[in-house]
Amino acid sequence: MAHLSLKNVGKTYGGSNQAAVAGVDIEIADGEFIVLVGPSGCGKSTLLRMVAGLETVTDGEIRIGDRVVNQLDPAERDIAMVFQNYALYPHMSVRDNMAYGLKNRKTPKAEIEARVAEAARMLELGPYLDRKPRALSGGQRQRVAMGRAIVRQPAAFLFDEPLSNLDAKLRVTMRMEIRRLQKRLGTTSLYVTHDQLEAMTLADRLVVLNGGRVEQIGAPLEVYRKPASTFVAAFIGSPAMSLLDARFENGQVMVDGHALAPVGNAPGPVTLGLRAEDLRITSTGVPMRVDYVEELGAHRIVHGAIGDQPVAVVDNGGAALAETVHVLVDPAKLHLFETSTGRRMDTRIQAEAVPAQ
Amino acid sequence: MTDTPLRIIETERTLLARFREWWSGETANPVKRVQFDRPLTPWLFILPQMAVVVIFFYWPSVQAVTSSFYIEDPFGFGSTFVGLENYQDALNSSEYMSTAAFTAFFCITVTALALGLGLLLAVKADKVIRGAETYKTLLISVYAIAPPVAGLIGMMFFDMHMGPFTQIAGWFGYELKVGINYWDTAIALITISVWKQIPYNFIFFLSGLQSVPVSVREAALIDTKSGWRRFKDVTLPLLAPTAFFLLIINITYTMFDTFPIIDVIVKDKPANNPMTLVYKVYLDGFKGNDIGGSSAQSVILMVVVALLTVLQFRFLERRVHYG
Ligand SMILES: Nc1ncnc2c1ncn2[C@@H]1O[C@H](COP(=O)(O)OP(=O)(O)OP(=O)(O)O)[C@@H](O)[C@H]1O
Ligand SMILES: [Mg+2]
Repeated sequence: MAHLSLKNVGKTYGGSNQAAVAGVDIEIADGEFIVLVGPSGCGKSTLLRMVAGLETVTDGEIRIGDRVVNQLDPAERDIAMVFQNYALYPHMSVRDNMAYGLKNRKTPKAEIEARVAEAARMLELGPYLDRKPRALSGGQRQRVAMGRAIVRQPAAFLFDEPLSNLDAKLRVTMRMEIRRLQKRLGTTSLYVTHDQLEAMTLADRLVVLNGGRVEQIGAPLEVYRKPASTFVAAFIGSPAMSLLDARFENGQVMVDGHALAPVGNAPGPVTLGLRAEDLRITSTGVPMRVDYVEELGAHRIVHGAIGDQPVAVVDNGGAALAETVHVLVDPAKLHLFETSTGRRMDTRIQAEAVPAQ
Repeated sequence: MTDTPLRIIETERTLLARFREWWSGETANPVKRVQFDRPLTPWLFILPQMAVVVIFFYWPSVQAVTSSFYIEDPFGFGSTFVGLENYQDALNSSEYMSTAAFTAFFCITVTALALGLGLLLAVKADKVIRGAETYKTLLISVYAIAPPVAGLIGMMFFDMHMGPFTQIAGWFGYELKVGINYWDTAIALITISVWKQIPYNFIFFLSGLQSVPVSVREAALIDTKSGWRRFKDVTLPLLAPTAFFLLIINITYTMFDTFPIIDVIVKDKPANNPMTLVYKVYLDGFKGNDIGGSSAQSVILMVVVALLTVLQFRFLERRVHYG
């Protein structure tokens, strides 16, 4: 168990002139569960693999505990990794798969047996210890991969999309199980996923990556409530936050010529972010054309457009909708971003703007 | 130049795939099974193949077995039934037994060296995947050389007057006399045979190595620092099916396909030179005109090879793993 620290870490693959990862600074406390999330190709795996030692670090410094590990072999870094396709040794029994790393570290036999037994008990793998991986289901293989990491009792667990080969239901179960195990063992964890739901539910803190750079670091709710950029806003949350071009006029934020909410004044155009659940369908407000409705049982998601800009609204009503409805938003809950940079604008502008009026 | 061996290797790769399928009992794939309306149709399809097998394998085999019980008149005027006498003669002949001993030695040495060096080169090539294409082509081109030509090239290397190997041996104060000295000839035979077979083994080992999943190697990288351990505990077991297949192919090669090489090196040489059982069958039968004796030898050889193959499948099967 240890803290992990990445200082200005970067990676440029040989033969490529663009950095796959650049300037990443993260301090991870002992026992923390960090999820790296981002779209495909944003450098999540590259970053994780640099921590594991499977990829060389071309810039910056990685520390595990008090050691700088940049130059160490993967086996010397005191980490354990769970791979997307499990990467079990096909010719070894479940027991040997788990014991192999310990044998190579000259752990006493009795100790190995005890640890394997304990891991098997935690993961309910007891009946399968003598089987080969090919005789196991996907979920069971996943557990063995977890077991192989647990028995090592490493300073950190590294997960690279460990659940993406499982079916939707099993994924939810395993997600809870991973969280439960991690809490119980208290092992510092770095977890890569492109599934924002997985990221939200697992993480103590999220690291949102975009094009190899850190876009935002924060607790899941913080990231959800205060996305630092339009990128994060669109990536985290489902349905995605609607982003609309807006202007200010007389302290009102205007969309498509309609006043939506009194917020304040700011120069130039802004990007307005609206979460579907923060919008309400009412009899007054901004008119929205209804395109189609997703019935989810508990509620429904109404997809439509204000002017020609797409918007999604969560609606709890059951009545049939007219072709055009009116929507309203709580002014405290809307998000504003600079159109040019995509960075978040503090809605404190209201406080500044009002006295000026 | 590399086109031909590549194609040959391609067909043999399918052979390997089928062999694996059969091995892991997956042959009964219902999707692949075809149903015929009339029961005769499938027989018609296999008829050409059967004809080839019968004409070129069963018929000569039966002939060999039959003539092994007769002594043929050297001038071709009929033959006499002698029962097992030909077999007794062969097995009691010290010359036959020493050839058998040399064949066993030759078989083990060539197979071990060709497999070992093929694997070594494949492991090295696997590490520098980038250059592997050139490396592959360079190595595999040897495979394109027909065995008699390989024998001739080898002959040149070991030539008594200008062969580089002879010269190198000379620097160390040793006079290499291939075709005259028994063990010098043996060394030449082994060297050329191994050299000829390495590219074949290399290609199979390399493709075997490259089919070991990257993530499994990486998992091993995290589990142990020692490259040797990773090779021994993870890579090698995953290569076992390939190695077993190659073992059988290599033994067959040393027993039979080295014939042209031996022919080039020992033909018309007066001295007592080493040779394999197959070459002796040919010498006694066609040079010595002892058809009965040579038939008996070839039957013995057939039985030995069949036994060897069965033994290999029996005992090695258990030690080979499949993912
Ligand atoms: N071995 C490599 N050589 C060159 N470029 C690479 C290599 N591996 C990855 N890249 C590049 O680095 C970038 C980041 O890749 P990475 O695998 O880290 O993405 P990722 O976030 O894990 O994506 P995914 O969600 O699809 O797994 C990509 O642009 C990719 O093309
Ligand atoms: Mg990835």
